[in-house]
Amino acid sequence: MRNVKDWYSGGAPWVWLNAGAVAISLVMVAGMLLLIGARGLVHFWPADVVRFTVEVPGQAPRTVLGEIQSTEMVSVQRLIDAGTELPVSAGEVERLLIKKGNRDSFGADFEYLIAPFITGQEVQDDVITIERTEWGNQYGVLVGVSEDGVPAPEGSDLYAEFQARVVRVLEIRDRIHAIERGEMSAINYRLEKLRLEERRLALEGADTAVALAAIEDERATLQATFLAQQQDLGALYVEIARDSYSLELADGRTVTSPMERVVSAIQPNAMGGMAKLGRYARNIWRFMADEPREANTEGGVFPAIFGTVMMVILMSIIVTPFGVVAAVYLREYAKQGVLTQTIRIAVNNLAGVPSIVYGVFGLGFFVYLIGGSLDRAFYPEGLPAPTFGTPGLIWASLTLALLSLPVVIVATEEGLSRIPSTVREASYALGATKAETLWRIVLPMASPAMMTGLILAVARAAGEVAPLMLVGVVKLAPSLPLDGNEPFLHLERKFMHLGFHIYDVGFQSPNVEAARPLVYATALLLVTVIVVLNLTAVRIRNRLRERYRSLEH
Amino acid sequence: MSGDADAIESGAGAETPPEGVRTHGVDIAALRRDQPGRPGKARAPERVSLTVEGLNLYYGEKQALTDISLSIPEKRVTAFIGPSGCGKSTLLRCFNRMNDLVEGVRIEGRILHGARDLYGRSVDIPELRRRIGMVFQKPNPFPKSIYENVAYGLRLQGINGRRVLDERVEWALKGAALWDEVKDRLGESAFGLSGGQQQRLVIARSIAIEPDVLLLDEPASALDPISTLKIEELIYTLKNDYTIVIVTHNMQQAARVSDYTAFLYMGELIEYGDTDTLFTRPRRKQTEDYITGRYG
Repeated sequence: MRNVKDWYSGGAPWVWLNAGAVAISLVMVAGMLLLIGARGLVHFWPADVVRFTVEVPGQAPRTVLGEIQSTEMVSVQRLIDAGTELPVSAGEVERLLIKKGNRDSFGADFEYLIAPFITGQEVQDDVITIERTEWGNQYGVLVGVSEDGVPAPEGSDLYAEFQARVVRVLEIRDRIHAIERGEMSAINYRLEKLRLEERRLALEGADTAVALAAIEDERATLQATFLAQQQDLGALYVEIARDSYSLELADGRTVTSPMERVVSAIQPNAMGGMAKLGRYARNIWRFMADEPREANTEGGVFPAIFGTVMMVILMSIIVTPFGVVAAVYLREYAKQGVLTQTIRIAVNNLAGVPSIVYGVFGLGFFVYLIGGSLDRAFYPEGLPAPTFGTPGLIWASLTLALLSLPVVIVATEEGLSRIPSTVREASYALGATKAETLWRIVLPMASPAMMTGLILAVARAAGEVAPLMLVGVVKLAPSLPLDGNEPFLHLERKFMHLGFHIYDVGFQSPNVEAARPLVYATALLLVTVIVVLNLTAVRIRNRLRERYRSLEH
Repeated sequence: MSGDADAIESGAGAETPPEGVRTHGVDIAALRRDQPGRPGKARAPERVSLTVEGLNLYYGEKQALTDISLSIPEKRVTAFIGPSGCGKSTLLRCFNRMNDLVEGVRIEGRILHGARDLYGRSVDIPELRRRIGMVFQKPNPFPKSIYENVAYGLRLQGINGRRVLDERVEWALKGAALWDEVKDRLGESAFGLSGGQQQRLVIARSIAIEPDVLLLDEPASALDPISTLKIEELIYTLKNDYTIVIVTHNMQQAARVSDYTAFLYMGELIEYGDTDTLFTRPRRKQTEDYITGRYG
């Protein structure tokens, strides 16, 4: 009894409680990262392609060729209820989810196989995995490659022949992409500008014959270039469609497809560990660097990464000066009293408003009111198509800036109040005015606190999705908000965002099984992007802290 | 004190305090005589630097200083002593209007610097504070390099030329007897200095803008004995060029460094006079009680 009392009064339960809380938090965070990491990263591993022989009673035996996506235990009863006949009547059986690809031939990418029906498993070296621009992956055995309809000669190394053609196709596709996304899109952009210019002149009544002729001149030049580009493009499209290949699928059919769809091809079963590792790294890189394909279920997420980072940076640029100025006024200039206290409470309450409310406000105020007014005042030539009066990057950044403003104000105020009065007095005693003291001493010393505010703001804003859907984020943005067309930074454009991408791929995808690993991978990427942004801010803060180490020693 | 040794004592040319100034029985003329406690040291003629006339100070309803009148001579060290809370620091902070920063402070009476009323209507407070510098109880360097700390006041005045700044910084650091210790690390953070060095840096920072008066608010109370000694030695040297007013609750220190001492008690000026006289033959009972350690 006494011992228990000693144990209690010694504070041990407290220590255990605190340590336990910390441990649980750590385990939860680590567990979450592990889970999304494992689920997301496994997707990029070049998995072996297995040939299964399946014999379902009452059906002819058949072969299924594909990657094992997952295995799970299912209760027999459930399968029987679903109409499957099984040799056993109770317990659980193993069920495999096979990614068999060839959606164009089989109709579905995925198939469930019940383990007791699998009579044979084989891993053949010559099986090839082809990633395509359309219709998902293709699995099979290469049986022919032809150029302009002429098959490659007997006895040649088909796989080498095939890979050489893949390289060619990739080169041509790069050139097509360069023309379409580069020069042609630039020409289109300038043509649109010309159209708006003409309309503006007409609206202003300045559409003199000379001005119109100049515009017409320029348009003719642009169109001539455009036509030339289009011819080049046509030639390239003919080029890329030259070759085709034939694949023997799992069911024995031979399918001939055009080469132009191929993105990459490997023989995963024949690859060694190092080769697979190299492939793995390449897949991850392509996930981050490529644009999405096939309703976002394939390809990469680069535009989403770019959009997220861009929006966070813009938000930081907007929210920091704004928050700091507000905090300086509240703490340094405003007379402390009921009013400032009320404002402080209001600011703190703003932090608790649900983010979707900010989204609605952003749409109503920023997009329609401010954006609409801007359009009427400065871009009447574009109407009725809105320029700024539609959701876009700038409005999303502003909305998030508003959302994270309280955090910056509170953190900055905190920092300002922590600066020892002795330092301020020292500055005053040397003949500095209040403003001089503020600029030369107080603000630099409070800068680490401002950075803390910014870090919290970034953490809050980068993960926000709900308000963005209203004020600028889209499923697929045709162009990045930063490109080579003047004025280079297009604040009015819609953009893609990793958080929204997760939602879109996870819930709006036509191909759920294919999209699931991407949800985890994108989530991991979002976390990584936020961590990187935060670490950058933390590093800056630590350097500032080192520089303005305060007097508390 | 070497400068004083050559000075010729003369009663002529000394200013009498303005009409109506109560000096609490301190005979200014007597103060100008040679100090018995410092034999052989002739003194330069004295002029009045700061004059306080009938000063009352209130913090809200509470009166902190009551009817203070005194004159502080130029290029001498004047010490304010008294028990904690007696108002000596408050009085000191009246001279550079530091009390303005405290909310709810009300001041009656006049303080003259030369002929200028510090609380007059047209006073430019930053300019005033440049003329009357201050060193605080705790060393409070800025989170900047040693060099930039000293250059701060100069930069405020728009002096940004590298050569001028270099010269003035070196001059100020030499003046504060810190140059030899820091000349090789001017670019390093001021926080790398010891407490005593920091306090001398703060003094250098104050004299860099060449004020007339230096107010020292218990400048050595946060320092170790050796650093304290260095600060005291520095005060001896500085009084050749500056009028120094020092607040201290260390009576030995007051006796060591000051020429004149004012004893304050409960917001009132009890006795003001020649340091040696005040410590050896105090006129008032309260003074005697305090300096003999009966309270405080």
